[in-house]
Amino acid sequence: MSTTPPIAMVEQTVATAGIAEGRGRNRTTKIRGHRAGFWVYIGLGVVIVSAVFPYYWSFLIGSGDSTTINDPNMSWIPGGNFIANALSVVNDPAVNFWPALWNSIYSSTLIAAAVVVTSTLAGWAFAKLRFRGSKALLIFVVATMAVPMQLGVVPLYILFADLGWTGQIGAIIIPALTSAFGVFWMTQYLQQSVPDELIEAARVDGASMMRTFWVVGVTAARPAAAMLFLFTFVGAWNNFFWPFIVLDRQSPTLPVALSLLQSNYFVDYSIVLAGVLLSTIPLLILFAFAGKQLVSGIMAGAVKG
Amino acid sequence: MTSTATRPAASGPADRPSPERQPRVISFSHRVSKWDLKFSPYLYISPFFIVFAIVGLFPIAYTAVISFQNWDLVRNSGEFVGFDQYIWILQNPQFWTALRNTFSIFLLSTVPQLILAVFIAAMLDRNIRSKTFWRMGVLLPYVMAPVAVALIFSNMFGDNHGLVNNILTDIGLQPIPWHKDPFWSHVAIATMVNFRWTGYNALILLAAMQAIPRDYYEAATVDGAGAFRQFTAITVPSLRPTLIFVIITSTIGGLQIFDEPRMYDNTGEGGAAQQWLTITLFLYNIGWREWNFGRAAALAWILFLIILVIGLISLAVTRRLVRDEGGRGVTAPRRKGFRR
Repeated sequence: MSTTPPIAMVEQTVATAGIAEGRGRNRTTKIRGHRAGFWVYIGLGVVIVSAVFPYYWSFLIGSGDSTTINDPNMSWIPGGNFIANALSVVNDPAVNFWPALWNSIYSSTLIAAAVVVTSTLAGWAFAKLRFRGSKALLIFVVATMAVPMQLGVVPLYILFADLGWTGQIGAIIIPALTSAFGVFWMTQYLQQSVPDELIEAARVDGASMMRTFWVVGVTAARPAAAMLFLFTFVGAWNNFFWPFIVLDRQSPTLPVALSLLQSNYFVDYSIVLAGVLLSTIPLLILFAFAGKQLVSGIMAGAVKG
Repeated sequence: MTSTATRPAASGPADRPSPERQPRVISFSHRVSKWDLKFSPYLYISPFFIVFAIVGLFPIAYTAVISFQNWDLVRNSGEFVGFDQYIWILQNPQFWTALRNTFSIFLLSTVPQLILAVFIAAMLDRNIRSKTFWRMGVLLPYVMAPVAVALIFSNMFGDNHGLVNNILTDIGLQPIPWHKDPFWSHVAIATMVNFRWTGYNALILLAAMQAIPRDYYEAATVDGAGAFRQFTAITVPSLRPTLIFVIITSTIGGLQIFDEPRMYDNTGEGGAAQQWLTITLFLYNIGWREWNFGRAAALAWILFLIILVIGLISLAVTRRLVRDEGGRGVTAPRRKGFRR
C-alpha cells in the first residue's frame, strides 16, 4: 500500500513531538530563587507527616485488639494482630470481602476503559473535526459538569428496579460509562497536541477519517488517555453515594462493604480499621506505580487550556 | 484507501451520469470522502451522547417530573400534586438544619483548605530537593476512599476514648463533645474533607504558580520588595483564575457532601438531633429510608438550585476579593472535576 510509509512517518512525528514537548517543559520549569531554606523542609515535613499519620493510626489500631482503642496508655508501636484482624474482615459473612474486591476491580476497570474510549472519540471530533453544532454541543457538555449526581439518582433507581438490576454491579457501571469531564479533557488535549497540518497531510495521503483518527488521533491522545484512565479509575473505586443506594450486601463494592463493617451495633474498631487499610492497599499499590502520573495529571489539568 | 469506506453515497443528489470514465472515478471517490468527512464527526460523538442521553439527561428531566408527583412505589407511578413536595421540604425544619449544617461544613472545609493549599503550594514552588517525593507525599491522602477516611477520623474524634480527646485531657484541657455538639461535629467532618483534598488543590495551585513569569519577581526584588510582599503582590493576584476555579469546584463538591457525614457514626442518620445532617444525607433518608421518591426528587432539584446560586455567589466574591492586577499572561484555569 502506497499510503503506508507516510502514515507511519506521521505516527512517528506525533510520538516524538509529544515526547519532545514533555521534555522541553521539564527543562524550562522555573526554578525560583536559591536553594530552599531549612524551614521549607520543616513545613513540608509537617504536611507529609499529617498525610501519612491517619494511615499509620489505622495500622496501629488495626493491629491491636478490641481493647486497644480504649487503652489510655496505648503503645505507639503496632501490635501483632493485624493479620488476624484482616482475616476476620475477610471471613466476615456480612461483609463479603472477596466479591467486593472483585466488584471494585471489575467495575472500576470497565468504567475507566469505557470513559477513555467514549471521551477520546468525542474529544477528537470536538477538537479537530468541523461539523455543524460542534460549539454549542461542547458548551452543553461543559455545562453539565456542574450538575450534581443527586439530580439523577431517583429516576435511575426506579429504572434499575424496573429492570431488576438493583443489587447488581451493572447498575453502577452503566451510568458511569461516559464522563462530560473526560470529553472536555480530551478535547483540550487534542486541540493543543495535534497540529492541523498533520491531519491534512494524512488526508492528502488518502487516509479515511477513521484511519486518520486511529493513526494521528489515538497516537497523540495516549498520554492524556492514560491519565484520564487513572483518574476515572480512582474516582470509580472510591465512589460511594450511588453504589451505596443501589447495591446490597450480597454484592457490594469495597466502600459499600466498609460501610457495613461499621453498621454493626457493637463496633470493634480494631477490625474496622484493619478493614479500612485492607481495602486501601490496592490503591496504595496503584499510587506507588502511578503516583507520578497522578501528580503531573493534576498539574497539567490546571495549567493548560 | 477508498476501499475502507463501504457504503458510497448512492442517495446523493449528485449521482449524475458522466460520459467520461476518468472524471467519474475521481468524482466517486471524492464523494465517498466527502460523505466520510461530513458524517464521521457525528459517528464519533454518538457513543458519548447516546449513553449520556439515557443515563444523564433523561434522569434529570424525569427527576423534575417526579418532584411534582406523589410517587407510589407499589404501582411504580405517581399522581400529580403540583408544588406540594417542594412546600413540604421547605416547611420541614430538618431541611433548614441540613442546609445550615451543609454550609457550616462547607465553609469549615473550603476556607482553611484553600489557605493551607496556597501555603503548601508556595513551599513546593521553592527550589527544593527531590520534588517528586514531596509532590507525591502531599497527594497521598487523595487515593484513600472518603468512606475509609471517615472511618479513621470518626475513630480519632471519638467522644470518650478518641485520640484527639485523649491528647486534650493529657495536656490538661477539657475533652470536646465531637458528636454531641453541632459545631464540633462539623469541624471533625470538615477535617476529613481537608485531609483528602488539601494536597490535591495545592498541586493545582503549584502548577499555576510555576506559570508566573520569573521576571516579575526579579523586577520586584530590584524594586526592594521582600518575600512576603512579593507573595501578596505577585503570587496571589496571579493565582486568581486558578483560585476561582478551585473555589467553584470545591463549592460544587462541598455542597453535595454525603460520605463523611454518613460514616460519622454507626447509625448514619446524621446525629440524634440532626447535628451533622447534610442535604444529601437528608435526601438519602427521605428517598431510601422513608421511601418517598417525590420528596427526594424535589429536594434534589432544590439542592441543584442552591449549588447554582452559591456557585455564582462564590464566583462574584472571589473576583472581588482577589484583585485583578491586569494581564499577567497566566493561562486560564481549566475545569478539573474528579471531586465527589
